[in-house]
Amino acid sequence: MTTDNIIVFEKVNKWYGNNFHVLRDIDLAVRRGERIVICGPSGSGKSTLIRCINRLEEHQEGRIVVDGVELTDDVRAIEKIRREVGMVFQQFNLFPHLTVLENLTLAPMWVARMPKKEAEERAMQQLARVRIAEQAHKYPLQLSGGQQQRVAIARALCLTPKIMLFDEPTSALDPEMIKEVLDVMVELAGQGITMLVVTHEMGFAKAVADRVIFMDQGQIVEENTPEEFFSRPKSDRTKDFLSKILGH
Amino acid sequence: MGAVFQPIPPRPAPVRTEGVVPWIRANLFGDVKSGIATLVILALGLYYLPGFFKWAVFNAVLVTDANACQAARGTGACWAVVVEKFRLIVFGRYPYEQQWRPELATLILLALLVASCIRYFWKPWLTLAWVVVVPAFFMLMGGGWFGLESVPTDQWGGLPLTIMLATFGIVLAYPLAIVVALGRRSTLPAIRTLCIVYIELVRGVPLISVLFMASFMFPLFMPVGKTPDVLLRVLAGITLFSAAYLAEVVRGGLQAIPKGQIEAAQSLGLTYWQTQRKIVLPQALAMVVPGIMNSFIAIFKDTSLVTIVSLYELTGALGLALNSDANWRPFKIEGSLFITLIYFAFCFAMSRYSLWIEKQLNVSRKR
Repeated sequence: MTTDNIIVFEKVNKWYGNNFHVLRDIDLAVRRGERIVICGPSGSGKSTLIRCINRLEEHQEGRIVVDGVELTDDVRAIEKIRREVGMVFQQFNLFPHLTVLENLTLAPMWVARMPKKEAEERAMQQLARVRIAEQAHKYPLQLSGGQQQRVAIARALCLTPKIMLFDEPTSALDPEMIKEVLDVMVELAGQGITMLVVTHEMGFAKAVADRVIFMDQGQIVEENTPEEFFSRPKSDRTKDFLSKILGH
Repeated sequence: MGAVFQPIPPRPAPVRTEGVVPWIRANLFGDVKSGIATLVILALGLYYLPGFFKWAVFNAVLVTDANACQAARGTGACWAVVVEKFRLIVFGRYPYEQQWRPELATLILLALLVASCIRYFWKPWLTLAWVVVVPAFFMLMGGGWFGLESVPTDQWGGLPLTIMLATFGIVLAYPLAIVVALGRRSTLPAIRTLCIVYIELVRGVPLISVLFMASFMFPLFMPVGKTPDVLLRVLAGITLFSAAYLAEVVRGGLQAIPKGQIEAAQSLGLTYWQTQRKIVLPQALAMVVPGIMNSFIAIFKDTSLVTIVSLYELTGALGLALNSDANWRPFKIEGSLFITLIYFAFCFAMSRYSLWIEKQLNVSRKR
């Protein structure tokens, strides 16, 4: 393990309940600044994998080290890591009772103890970054799905995380809104932040990913550069999956 | 030949849609079913109301003369009983010359309550106001300082006692209920079990038993002379009782919060308590405002049960006022109607406030 790896999974196993083995012997090292796309059929454990990184899920066996800190039951370590890891969800998960601006200033004010004015300035910068600054004083439910997801990205960026996790960020969106969200993500990818993206947007994978990971039944079946992954998939399972999602 | 002038046939005049008659037609006789309902209700009203008005208004006795009231018994209401026994009903056994004290104390408390209900006043000084007003209330009521005559709590009574028990019952039960509701969903088994046992135990017992225990049984377990005041014990009983019900209402709201909300808060690095305070509770409580207000109204009216442990709040004071005087004893219906009006005024105000606050809290839900 070199110090250049910002996330390391070593022989990680996880079960839901007693018998559903959702992650099997996961070994994975993510370099600082690397952009990884994770794909695979539903139930293959890809969401669970990235949710283990900020401990929304606990693993039962093996080691996960994020930015030099091992994830254990130590609450302080978890809180520290969560400050450095931003997450974007499929269902946006904006706080509906708070305005867009309040959604963004919440963590800077309460987690980073930033003064309100500074937090608002930073929030406005992030909103401008996702091109939605004019909606700052609306409530989330007054925005379109694409706008809400861009707000969610801006919210995750407010603590200037080192790592961004995207859990199917475009799966709940209407087709014409997917592009506005992907554009923001492509822009972000060019700025040196470590990104792990669970998605089936293969165009996005080809455009920005350094590495594509294919998961099935809790295992990493194949990982490669996008060019190799799409043109010369090694395993039959990957070929089968690609033929289904690239078929149209 | 030129065309012959052919006027088009006149159209029927438009139906009036405004005014009293069209309103009645649309709302009371819109179709056969609503027409029948209107007629039935009208008939019932015509049958019963004249008798009531005859009793309550036309034949009513207003002069404070017990003999005139006796003469009108059965045919006319004796509102004079309210005038005659007003101070006793409203203030109970509180010493007559000192009754300005509960009056003043209650007015201050009510003013603070109303202020606390208005968003504009939700500023830090409101907390300070509570810190000042609550001790002031008890000092004014209890006396024993600045030359104020000392009045023991068993002499407090009437509307001030009702308002005091309801106010402090609500103000104390609400935060307790939130803590218990959170505890019932805790991942720590000891805390969860404790909360479940508390809720189920209290809900399995009538309030009357709780009050009996607080008043008569609890002192048996305490060292002689160290027993807290009966009023405090009863207040604790009401609080613990109401909090158990309220906790279940709050839990209903907590359960309606999607898991994604909590995950989003966690992923931002918020602690458990920050997540509850900033994300979960504001949404959960806004969702269960009607249920919470239901409980508050129930608390307000349940205070009438403290009569059975010899504390004479509004309902008890009415009994006290009339039972002790053979001349006025028969006119309990009139007295009851009077205090009914008082209860109704408070409960209706609470219910309207609940509607208003619901609207306020739902601003973010409007698209």
